[in-house]
Amino acid sequence: MKITEEMVDYVSQLSRLRLPQEEKVRMTGELEQILVYMDVLEGLDTDGVEPMSHVIPLKNVLRADEVVPSEDRAALLSNAPAPDEAAFLVPKTVE
Amino acid sequence: MELWEYTALELGGLIQRGEVSPTQAARAVLDRREEAQEGTNAFITCLDGEAVLAQAAEVEHRLAAGEKLSPLAGVPMALKDNICTKGVPTTCASKILGDFTPPYDATAAEKLKTAGGVLLGKLNMDEFAMGSTSETSYYGPTRNPWDPGRAPGGSSGGAAAAVAAGACWYAIGSDTGGSIRQPAAYCGVTGMKPTYGSVSRYGLIAYASSLDQLGPVARSAADCAAVLDLMAGRDRRDGTSLDLPWGSLAEGLTGDLRGLRVGLPAECFGEGLDEAVRAAVLSAADVLKARGAVVEAFSFPMMNYVVPTYYIIAAAEASSNLSRFDGVKYGWRAEGYEDLTGLYELTRTQGFGAEVKRRILLGTFVLSAGYYDAYYKKALQVKALIKRAYDEAFEKYDLLLTPVAPATAPRLGESLGDPLKMYLSDIFTVPVNLAGLPGLSMPCGFDGQGLPIGAQLIGPALGDAKVLDAAYGFQLDTDHHRQHPAGKEAQAQ
Repeated sequence: MKITEEMVDYVSQLSRLRLPQEEKVRMTGELEQILVYMDVLEGLDTDGVEPMSHVIPLKNVLRADEVVPSEDRAALLSNAPAPDEAAFLVPKTVE
Repeated sequence: MELWEYTALELGGLIQRGEVSPTQAARAVLDRREEAQEGTNAFITCLDGEAVLAQAAEVEHRLAAGEKLSPLAGVPMALKDNICTKGVPTTCASKILGDFTPPYDATAAEKLKTAGGVLLGKLNMDEFAMGSTSETSYYGPTRNPWDPGRAPGGSSGGAAAAVAAGACWYAIGSDTGGSIRQPAAYCGVTGMKPTYGSVSRYGLIAYASSLDQLGPVARSAADCAAVLDLMAGRDRRDGTSLDLPWGSLAEGLTGDLRGLRVGLPAECFGEGLDEAVRAAVLSAADVLKARGAVVEAFSFPMMNYVVPTYYIIAAAEASSNLSRFDGVKYGWRAEGYEDLTGLYELTRTQGFGAEVKRRILLGTFVLSAGYYDAYYKKALQVKALIKRAYDEAFEKYDLLLTPVAPATAPRLGESLGDPLKMYLSDIFTVPVNLAGLPGLSMPCGFDGQGLPIGAQLIGPALGDAKVLDAAYGFQLDTDHHRQHPAGKEAQAQ
């Protein structure tokens, strides 16, 4: 798999990362090296094999609908870099 | 014998019989913790002495009031810094969580507290548990107590180093692809990743949710069993946690291995394996044989595919899990952003280290349109084949025995420049997570430089008791797990 800087730009944007040029160049080379190695999987026949997302078979179950207290709002907000008394503050997103 | 040389269960026994008080145990370990911290940087956060002694005093009161607690009541321990602890900073060894103090306890932390655990602090690790040496920590690398020029392994390097240095009697680590077992091997201690779902992941900061599992790092298999007894079981806050059938693991240990069928996957003893490691693991097989086990080599060709499969799945899940770190809800926020997207981008670019960013990019790539089928879906199919290969192996064998890692602890700095090489060194541990199986790492000897070597026992899903019993039997006949770095220095002098 050939990896270009443009591909790294695209994936960075999806990941909400903004790599400095030097880091981007290094990452491009490293990702290519890693993905070339991962291509070994191509050699394994998986036709008709169901993809397995979870090894332990689990079924959905419904729990009793009981009211339990949530975490304390003030305690949760206390970890935010910019809270007010009831919300997380971010830059204005809608004009 | 100094107090710190006892196992956790031995110290717990002394406390139960009133021969040692929890306060005495805590006082004894505080000095050692300071010394170990200077030598190894095993802790990110050390609780101050008063806070530790206050916990010990409370356990003492509860015991005096006749509370039953547990066989490990009053035994000081420490937790990896990706396990949330109410009121105690939990950083995941990352800059981005440098300011995070959880308002709640992880289920595992809560259970240990209820059982009379005394928390000494939070242990160093690779950032977000991504790494195999504990060198990617934002708070500086941990050093191996056996040789300060070497890494303790990772990602639970702080846990293994702290136990090896006698700075706590047991520690809790997390294991996504070997992060408990490999550092345990490099530091000469015993570590176990139980069956996926054994221990609630509530409050464990997620790396790859389908693979992450909490487990003990301790001096012996019996200690690991006792710690698992305290932590395991169904939790309504983790939908993947299991209602377990196995009762008390520690009380069930017999060491009777007569008729136990042990398989050695030939592919785990081939090219690229250090000779001293090969010899030590094969001699461990001889010890099991002498106890009545039937040991036999067999072919496990899926080994070629386990590392790429693991890194595709783990990176994919990481890229999704780590999207929650955005500089809004908790943790650190960058300055100088122009808008909301800029806030996200600058915070994440400056807040995450290189290895974390590498895995986020890799994971985003394998999940992106056009590449999903070739990488992510393919990896999930190969995972199904790996699981099937284990199912077939466990029709013939009760347990498998392999090395934990191809070599002993690397020198500090040696692994950072070559990520692919570091990934490849995880080959013996990652398939166990892919298949959700229990795996245990136990000391089985030393190489020519005096560095510890680990052997890995792997069992079928829910076969945790069998794995622990084989390790217990092995440790009845060997004393590798009783060696410690201070003893090595004494010998050299």
